[in-house]
Amino acid sequence: MSATPTLWISGHLVEKIRRHGAETYPHECCGALLGRDAETQSETPGREVLGSHPLVNRRDDSPRNRFSVTPNDVLEAERVAREQGLDVIGWYHSHPDHPARPSEFDREHAWPWYSYIIVSVLNGAPQEITSWRLNDDRAEFSSEALEVRRRAAV
Amino acid sequence: MAVKVIIPTPLRPYAGKRDSAEFKAATVGEALRRLTTEFADLRKHLFTEDGKLRSFVNVYVNDEDIRYLAKENTPTKDGDTISIIPSIAGGCS
Repeated sequence: MSATPTLWISGHLVEKIRRHGAETYPHECCGALLGRDAETQSETPGREVLGSHPLVNRRDDSPRNRFSVTPNDVLEAERVAREQGLDVIGWYHSHPDHPARPSEFDREHAWPWYSYIIVSVLNGAPQEITSWRLNDDRAEFSSEALEVRRRAAV
Repeated sequence: MAVKVIIPTPLRPYAGKRDSAEFKAATVGEALRRLTTEFADLRKHLFTEDGKLRSFVNVYVNDEDIRYLAKENTPTKDGDTISIIPSIAGGCS
């Protein structure tokens, strides 16, 4: 990928994700990012989040430092996206009392192409929010520019 | 007739942008081997280095999870559809 990918998102959706992270603290929250992707059409790859679909963290054993979404949840998110004429373009989750940086565990369980938004929640208050994409070789994530704006069209 | 493998959106860039591919295969494992032979860049996103399906990668034959069948030895027949669906997982440490 030659140019830094950009993920456009509204301030409203950023707040919704941050709020979800605060609500589930000290447990991790998770959800699907619904939107459109334009990366193959443009020299500057970019995609836009147009909705989010909160999901239940299924990791009852260690919800403070793990999240898990079942295949049925994935299919449900894809169905919700389709009904809105959108695609599941990524996923978000929170890192309670940890930085908004992908962990080794995140890397091992990721696919490229998806955007992975991470929001750090410290002492119950949402902090930094970042977005990442796994590299083709699976060796590491690359940062994805998260551009917050009122409204955008891809 | 053959077995149809649906390629999930995130992996299509590694499969010539195709959304599905058809193979003659007697088992799920054989279909996945043929898929990752034709599209070698797909392999590392489905399998670990020692050739096991990644833990978060779920494979279905006609909506049946192969974990509850015979895993990769699950037999396939002409007209079957194989789906690959991730479990999304992560965590802060």
